[in-house]
Amino acid sequence: MKASNSLWKQRLAGRIAEPMAAELDVYENEILLKKQGKMEDKVFAETRLRRGAYGQRYDNGQRHDGVAARKLTFPQALTKGPGTEWDAPGMQRIKIPYGGMTAQQLEVMAELAEEYSDGIAHVTTRQDFQLHFVHIEDTPALMRRLAASGITTREACGNSIRNVTACHLSGVCRTQTFDVTPYAHALTYFLLGHPDCQSFGRKVKIAFSGCRGESCGLAMMHDIGAVAATREVDGKVERGFEFYVGGGLGTVPQQARLFDEFLPESELLPVSQSIARVFARLGEKKNRNTARLKFLVSKLGIAEFKRLVLEDRATLAHDPRWTAHLEDRDSRGEAPLKPSSFLQIEPVRAPGFDEWYKTNVYSQRQGGYSTVTVALPLGDITSDQLRALADISRAYVKDTVRTTVEQNLVLRWVSSGDLSALYADLSAAGLASPGAGCIADVVSCPGTDTCKLGISSSRGLSATLRERLAANQFSMDEAIRGLHIKVSGCFNSCGQHHASDLGFYGVSRNKGGYTVPHFQVVLGGQFENNAGAYGLAIGAVPSKRIPETVERITSRFLAERQADEKFQAWIKRIGKAACKSMIDDLTAVPAHDADPSFYVDWADAREYTIGDIGVGECAGEVVNPIDFQLTACEREAFEAQLALEAGDVSKAQRLAYESMLHGAGALLGQRLPVLSGDPDHVAGLFREQLVDTQLFSDPFAGAKFAHYFLEAHEKREAAASADRARQLIEEAQLFIEASHACYARMRAMPAVV
Amino acid sequence: MQHFQVKIFVRPAGGVNLEPAIAVFHRWIRESALPELLIDVADYRHVPAGPGVMLVGHDSHYGLDERKNRLGLLYSRRTAMDGTVGDRLNSAIGAARRACELLTADPAFAGALRFDDGEFEIAVNDRALAPNTADGYLALEAEVKPVLDAMWGAGSYDLRSVGAPRELLTVSAIRR
Ligand code: SF4
Repeated sequence: MKASNSLWKQRLAGRIAEPMAAELDVYENEILLKKQGKMEDKVFAETRLRRGAYGQRYDNGQRHDGVAARKLTFPQALTKGPGTEWDAPGMQRIKIPYGGMTAQQLEVMAELAEEYSDGIAHVTTRQDFQLHFVHIEDTPALMRRLAASGITTREACGNSIRNVTACHLSGVCRTQTFDVTPYAHALTYFLLGHPDCQSFGRKVKIAFSGCRGESCGLAMMHDIGAVAATREVDGKVERGFEFYVGGGLGTVPQQARLFDEFLPESELLPVSQSIARVFARLGEKKNRNTARLKFLVSKLGIAEFKRLVLEDRATLAHDPRWTAHLEDRDSRGEAPLKPSSFLQIEPVRAPGFDEWYKTNVYSQRQGGYSTVTVALPLGDITSDQLRALADISRAYVKDTVRTTVEQNLVLRWVSSGDLSALYADLSAAGLASPGAGCIADVVSCPGTDTCKLGISSSRGLSATLRERLAANQFSMDEAIRGLHIKVSGCFNSCGQHHASDLGFYGVSRNKGGYTVPHFQVVLGGQFENNAGAYGLAIGAVPSKRIPETVERITSRFLAERQADEKFQAWIKRIGKAACKSMIDDLTAVPAHDADPSFYVDWADAREYTIGDIGVGECAGEVVNPIDFQLTACEREAFEAQLALEAGDVSKAQRLAYESMLHGAGALLGQRLPVLSGDPDHVAGLFREQLVDTQLFSDPFAGAKFAHYFLEAHEKREAAASADRARQLIEEAQLFIEASHACYARMRAMPAVV
Repeated sequence: MQHFQVKIFVRPAGGVNLEPAIAVFHRWIRESALPELLIDVADYRHVPAGPGVMLVGHDSHYGLDERKNRLGLLYSRRTAMDGTVGDRLNSAIGAARRACELLTADPAFAGALRFDDGEFEIAVNDRALAPNTADGYLALEAEVKPVLDAMWGAGSYDLRSVGAPRELLTVSAIRR
């Protein structure tokens, strides 16, 4: 934990937008409260998850060292979630909406990776960044530094709206219908922290795609997928979206269903809001395994789901934000730094340039401009490289980059005449690996490296495949070189293995009393057509035989393909039985004595075990909103105490009163569907619904605690004094305790409609 | 100042296979080879000029680090330490040297790994505590000098600032 954590708040004062600054103060106080034992584990876990602070492997304080499971004795006997050690390193996920970043944000990322993590920033398959090995007490400072550069981690994990992704080529793409970036931006910030998105049973992932046929947006595998579409009405072209819902990967992969062939652009935000409301209302809350939106859509059927959404939509009070973003949507696009130009014919090119040009350079729809992919090995980039890339983006394009769902970065609007110089600069920074989007550009989730749920080493395997395939990728047939490989460490599919020609996900098998790391082989998934079809699982192969498996399958494809037959078509043509028989002999595991290397995973030296698999935090636990609300009241009472200690008596008095007001509101919210925030209204209803009914009455103290609030409400304009503030704080604490007790009594009663 | 990093370079540079480091670091965890809580091993060999192979700890990370394309043992203190700045610096240098000794003696590298104890890079991994400015350099120099004087003798080494302003405050110390 950093000695400088407390310095950043002061140092960055005034540089963080106010709602974000207040939100970070709240988080910091929650950490303090947790350390004082005043917050429940499950509530704190969900609260940190909603800020992107995620658990990491071994955070239960136990690790198998290859011989035995041993306890990791962390210094503090505290927890940051159920069974999660306070001091254990964690992962910080950082949302990058549609992958868009500035040079300055790259520099901040570089600093954070260096100071709080291990010098590596990792790009995920959903265009986020992740930092690993971060201490929970460093996260507020880390988040402040991000916030000062305009990045929030809010709702990066937990049961929330996750990062909104979009094609990295949007705006420069030759096949796009229109640029979806402004819409992704608007929907991100409309739904961020939106009250209708706070009580989901699971996460919601949204993706935008600029066209139907390409792959970049992967709309079909998302909870909500919006594909740009236009229609002509009275000679006027209108914009909208082919709108999909209920897609997803995981153990039960599902293609999204068509919600609307053409959802007008003006309806994008309100209809998404109504989807959130219907999901919050009707989605599964108890069983996490069936709580994603795809299960609700399946259960209700798309027609009924749509009917409910549109019915809800009709009840929404108008929100000007629904369409405000449309006013300047066309002026939000990126502009080039330099005039367009064309690549000059040079007598001698730098070594490697031609290969790089072939695979990493995309000619934009705007003549004379190119988009260049910086292929990151397994999505990893060092702090030095981030700084170099920031400089490069300032020199060649207007200061921006985008992350991609293939864990790479792109520089858009490169004047094509600059490509040789850009290649030289990227090479100097170790960022000019060729083969972007090709077979050697393997996509991988974190797997057993850091993920609590990992079964096999997806990154270890991916690094090996990458190294072996890259060595001869330019001597391969193009049909092979263009294939995609994606690897997940388990069935949860974070590596998106279903949407890939060759996909692998981690499983384990037993052999002679030993556990052996394996990967299930999934063939013929489609990356194209927005992940338009998922692959076929054909059998599990020992991890150490996967490179051979890749070699076997690709060679056979090359030998058997007919004319221009695509890989997916070939897999479909030969069928599952033939696919399976192709790898049958590779499924054999030698005895432990004969070859112990099969019993050790890639990039590891320990004898393999599945004993380190922990409990996932992908979505955290489902926490009733009232648990959050009452915890927030406790924090307000705590902040009142801090204000009093700092001599700000009137603030202390106000916060103490508000903590009671909000507690009363939270309880009333359990009984009444809609509640105005007006204090008189809340106090009146509180008396009527909870005091007169004796629901709030304590078995011993009667209505005493209720009257603390009612009296504080009546005297809320009274002059501030230290004595009065102190008394109010004490009363607020008792009132909140009584509110918890009242809520417990309400839970035990039949529901009131 | 807190959170010192010390890098001791491999000599001769190049040609070292880092793969054995994975098994070595796992063994260090198993055998509690260092007097601190060691957690896991991270393999970054796929990253050019990256952190190489790292031993992740609670108080410190150790790594056979390839940053700037110079292989060396990088010790990186994560948690704050008590004592004077000199104590912290001595502790970081001591930890880095101890790791170098263990690696050099480890049969897994078959004698291929040797370190040059006459050159250190010392950085402060905290921009709030130690900004990379001229004043920052003077402050760090004032702390580093007494430690190196005691270790190598006054006037027997060259000390200079290295690294661009955006990088961590870093000094290079080379014994003459
Ligand atoms: S696919 Fe499994 S191993 Fe990989 S990140 Fe997701 S949960 Fe972890």
